[in-house]
Amino acid sequence: MTTALSPRLTSATAGRVLRQLRHDHRTVAMLLVLPSALLGLLYLLWADVPTPPGQPETFDRVGLTMLGVFPFVVMFLVTSIAMLRERTSGTLERLLTTPLSRLDLLLGYGLAFGLAAAAQAVVTVAIATTVYDLDVTGSLSLVVLIAVVDAALGVALGLLASAFARSEFQAVQLMPVVVLPQFFLCGLLVPRDQLAGWLQAVSDVLPLSYAVAALQEVGASVEATGTMWVDVGVVAGATLLALGLAAATLRRRTS
Amino acid sequence: MDAVTVTDLVVHRGARQVLHEVGCSVPSGQVTGLLGPSGSGKSTLLRAVVGAQRIRSGTVTVLGRPAGSAALRSRVGYVTQAPSVYADLTVRENARHFAALYGRGAAAADAAIADVGLADAAGQLVGDLSGGQQGRASLACALVGEPELLVLDEPTVGLDPVLRVELWSRFHALAAAGTTLVVSSHVMDEAGRCDRLLLLRDGRLLSDSTPAELRARTGTDDLEQAFLSLVQEVAA
Repeated sequence: MTTALSPRLTSATAGRVLRQLRHDHRTVAMLLVLPSALLGLLYLLWADVPTPPGQPETFDRVGLTMLGVFPFVVMFLVTSIAMLRERTSGTLERLLTTPLSRLDLLLGYGLAFGLAAAAQAVVTVAIATTVYDLDVTGSLSLVVLIAVVDAALGVALGLLASAFARSEFQAVQLMPVVVLPQFFLCGLLVPRDQLAGWLQAVSDVLPLSYAVAALQEVGASVEATGTMWVDVGVVAGATLLALGLAAATLRRRTS
Repeated sequence: MDAVTVTDLVVHRGARQVLHEVGCSVPSGQVTGLLGPSGSGKSTLLRAVVGAQRIRSGTVTVLGRPAGSAALRSRVGYVTQAPSVYADLTVRENARHFAALYGRGAAAADAAIADVGLADAAGQLVGDLSGGQQGRASLACALVGEPELLVLDEPTVGLDPVLRVELWSRFHALAAAGTTLVVSSHVMDEAGRCDRLLLLRDGRLLSDSTPAELRARTGTDDLEQAFLSLVQEVAA
C-alpha cells in the first residue's frame, strides 16, 4: 500500500477530471449558472417583504449562507456520482494497479472540483453582489475562499459516501442523508444558540455549522476575525478527515 | 526464468471457493494463454496476479516480488474484461492520462494508440466507439506504460476475425521484444496461438503445458477436443 503523494500524479488526475468535465458542457453550464439562478429566486422571495427597522435584510443573511451551502451540495453530488462511476466501471480497480496512490487520486478529485467550485463561487458572488445587491460587510474574497473550502468538504464527503452506494440510485439518495440534517442544524433556519441542548450538540459536530458561522462572521465584520479563521480551520480539518476515511474505503484488493 | 509463479492459490468469493490450490508458472517473454469456460476462475486468477484479488491462501510471485507490491505497479499492465477507460474522454485523452500515470509522455500515448489501430479514432470520445474499439482503447492504456508483464482478460472478445489476427500478431511481436503476456480466453481456437497453455475448469488447473504437449498427451490435433478429453480424464 503506497500512501506516498506525488504532485505529478495528483495533477495528472485533476487534469483528467477537469477534461472529463469540459466534455460535458451542460454540467459546466449548470455548475456556473444554477446557484446564481436559485439565489435570484431567493432574492425575489424577500424583495417585497418589509424589513423591520434596525434589522438586517433577510436576503443578506440567507443569501450569504446559501453562498456556502450551494458549493457544498453541488460538489457532494457531483463527486459522489463521479467516484461511484470509477468504482463500478472498473477504472478504479485499474487505477489502483498503476503507480497512482490512493491519496493522489482523492486529492486530484479535490483539486479539480475545488477549481470548479472557485469558478462557481466567483460567478455567484459577483452576481449576488451586483444584480441582487447582496450586502456583505467583510471581504468578498473571503466569501469565495469559504465557498471553496465548503466545496472541498462536499467533495471529501462525496468521495466517502460513494463507498456506501452500489448504484447511482443509492448515491443520489445519500445526498439528503448527508446534506439535509447539516442544513437544518447549520443555524440558518433557527439560530444555533436557540436549539435544544442535544440538537446544539449535534450541530456542534456537523462541519456545515462552522462553514455557515464563518460566512456570518464575514457578513458582520469588515476585517477577517479570529473566530472566522477557527471556523474555516474546522471545516478544512473535517475535509481532511473525510478524505482520510475515503482513502481507507479504496481497497486495492477486493473479494 | 518465470515471470509469474502461483503456488497453492486458494480464493473464496463470498461462500464460494473460486480457485482450488492452483499452481502454475508463466515463462518470461512468451504468450501464455489462460483458457477455460466462463466462470472457471480465469478473471479471478488474473486479478490475483495483478494484486487486485483478496486471496485466502497460497502465494503469487510476479517478477520476483509478491503480487501487488508497490514496486510492480509500473512494471505490470492490466486490461480488465470490460473496457476500463473513461467513456467521456477521447481515446487520446485516455491514453495520455494513463501515460502520465506511468511517467510517459504524449508521444508514448500516440504510439500506443497507433499500435492498437485507433490512430484515426484518437480524437473521438470512447463512449462513441464500438465495443471492439473501446476494448482496444483500453488495451492502448496498458501498452502505453510499456510493462514487462501484460495481463489481458479476454482482449479479443467481440472483435472481428481480421482484428483478432492483427491483435494476436501484436501480442507475439511484444513477446518477441521481451514482454511477458498472459491472455485469457474462453475460445479454444485461440489456444493454438499461445506459446504456453493453462487450462482452468471449475477453479482447478487441468493442464499447464505447450499446445504441442497437450496435443501429444491427448492424442488429438484439435485443442477443443483435447480440452474435453482432459475434463473426462479428471472426471474418471
